Amino acid sequence: MDVQRAPRSVDHSLWRTRLGLAADRLRENWAAFVRARVGVIGLAVIIFYALLAAAHPVLMSTVWDESIYDPVVGYSFDETRQPAPPSLRHPLGTDPLGRDILSQLMFSARSEFMLGLLAAVVTVCIGTMVGAAAAYFGGIVDTILMRLADIMIMMPGISVLIVLSALIGVEHLELGLIIGVLSGFGGTGVVLKSQALSVVVKPYIQAARVAGGGPLHIILVHVVPNLLPLSFLYMMFTVTSAIFSEAVLSFLGLLDIRMSWGLMIHTTESAGYLTQVTEAWWLIFPASLSITLLCSSFYLVGRSLDEVVNPRLRRA
Amino acid sequence: MQTDGSRPLLRVDGLSKRFPVSPVWYRRSNSFVHAVDGVSFEVARGESFGLVGESGCGKTTTGKLLVRLMDPTCGRIVFDDGDEGPVDVSTLKGKPLKRFRRKAQMIFQDPYESMNPRRTVFDTIVEPLKVQRMGSHLDRLDRVLRMLGLVGLTPARTFLFRYPHELSGGQRQRVAIARAMVIEPSFVVADEPISMLDVSVRAGVMRLMEDLAARLEIGYLYITHDLAAARHTCSRIAVMYLGKIVEIGETETVLQSPKHPYTQALLSAVPVPDPTVTRPPVRIRGGVSPSLDPPARCRFYDRCPIADDFCRDNEHPPLQDKSSGQMASCYRV
Ligand SMILES: Nc1ncnc2c1ncn2[C@@H]1O[C@H](COP(=O)(O)OP(=O)(O)OP(=O)(O)O)[C@@H](O)[C@H]1O
Ligand code: SF4
Ligand SMILES: [Mg+2]
Repeated sequence: MDVQRAPRSVDHSLWRTRLGLAADRLRENWAAFVRARVGVIGLAVIIFYALLAAAHPVLMSTVWDESIYDPVVGYSFDETRQPAPPSLRHPLGTDPLGRDILSQLMFSARSEFMLGLLAAVVTVCIGTMVGAAAAYFGGIVDTILMRLADIMIMMPGISVLIVLSALIGVEHLELGLIIGVLSGFGGTGVVLKSQALSVVVKPYIQAARVAGGGPLHIILVHVVPNLLPLSFLYMMFTVTSAIFSEAVLSFLGLLDIRMSWGLMIHTTESAGYLTQVTEAWWLIFPASLSITLLCSSFYLVGRSLDEVVNPRLRRA
Repeated sequence: MQTDGSRPLLRVDGLSKRFPVSPVWYRRSNSFVHAVDGVSFEVARGESFGLVGESGCGKTTTGKLLVRLMDPTCGRIVFDDGDEGPVDVSTLKGKPLKRFRRKAQMIFQDPYESMNPRRTVFDTIVEPLKVQRMGSHLDRLDRVLRMLGLVGLTPARTFLFRYPHELSGGQRQRVAIARAMVIEPSFVVADEPISMLDVSVRAGVMRLMEDLAARLEIGYLYITHDLAAARHTCSRIAVMYLGKIVEIGETETVLQSPKHPYTQALLSAVPVPDPTVTRPPVRIRGGVSPSLDPPARCRFYDRCPIADDFCRDNEHPPLQDKSSGQMASCYRV
């Protein structure tokens, strides 16, 4: 048919329009996120801890002497008594082994983030694909994936980790993978499947099939994007649960890790200070407060994202 | 109506679709909904063939079977658009199935749900070209812009990157039509394309579909429950009742002198524009009986005003020529 061809420049300006539209959407979503308030508080706390984590290596290579301030093998020779209360040299005091608490706190923040993000990314990748595949294919694929999910959900997470840590050394990397797999094939996968079920019956899925799109095309182009908002939400919740599980396991002394917030509390406990809150508060509060704050911040961000992606929850 | 004596575009032969009532994949069900039950008809190239009937009689299911969105329980669908030899749609797989999908498209009943809310108009229309790997990026852009012009969404460039929620119902249906037509198919199933639209835009969308059909030589299966729309668009129609075709023929003849009691009842429900004409009212009893494991006798028996014992004791009547090409399935006319 006879219509003149679109010149290349039209194509370019179209892509610019498209980018502009994406930016508009982002701005709109950000506005909704800010309106939800709690998410902004959560985000502020997360950024605060991210800055702490980033500052640690800088401090170690500039003002902090490695033999004193190393979070694992440092020792404060200046104090007469360990644990020492907060002072100018040690703003949050030292632990029963004479190590600087602030340094431990900052050092651990980085691994908490890495653990949380790893678990979240693994969860969401697995959960989205499991949910989409179970909903799209149905039948035997669905049955197998959902029975697997039942097993994952029934599995008592902490006990499994206790056994695993006895068999193989569980470090942050392994822990993140295990939590991701458990929750991706388990609860998150099931939630995303129920969302995917409402997507796969839409006529636009059938339209894509009539156009000749195969299962992979349909799952990646039509199903997964419609699951992403919910996936992000569960990503946030997974971060929370990963950091929390790590704290519990470290507190029980089950992980092969050098330092973490849970381990700080573990050290306090094994030195017998856990019940003496008034005497050695600086041993307990920094770590436990950090666990609580960071966990709840990711949760709050998740809640606000829920309002962003779920317009029905948005306030008028 | 075969325009040039050649083979029809589509020949449907004894097509059936049953849905098991307890759909657990490992347990055989012994109760079925007979959604489509032994349907046969032909669609010629470039012809608009109408499928009418009340809600739930199996129109959409028939349409979906024809574009292979579902696998038929039994029956044959022979598709032959002259490009390559005739193919049996119901057994296509892999590459040949994908090639068939270039030629047969479907426009869905609900314009509000047939576009992915996260994809722009451009993404939606270009999708068939993309999955079929047709043309370069710029060629595809050309074709999309041209289609937008053809369906009257102008200036085309301002519509390219709109999301479905930024369009009206009529505009969405135009997008759906553009998408179905962009790969220039030879057969399109149009499933009540105007029933969800405002009355004021119906005529426009209908005219558009006729235009495109003429321009691209498309054969339509036009599904509707609106007899006036069918009369306007279709050269031939089939009337469906509970999964069976009960009457089939030239639209004008069927609507002027319906033979089957069900068609007569349908028509008597349509108001006549001329006040001097009075049609004898045809009363039918009861509501639609379920097509769940129906008895072998005539499907219309329970509601038929002229049924007799012969109808009760015999099988569903076959389609028979009642007058020069007009076929009806009834023992008593
Ligand atoms: N996927 C399915 N599973 C089970 N039953 C189905 C399925 N699809 C349709 N049916 C049944 O098949 C019968 C015919 O449905 P169909 O959608 O073809 O009707 P229709 O003629 O298009 O009606 P409408 O005019 O309301 O769109 C109905 O009884 C319906 O309940
Ligand atoms: S065959 Fe008998 S029951 Fe069926 S439509 Fe004709 S008259 Fe009615
Ligand atoms: Mg329908």
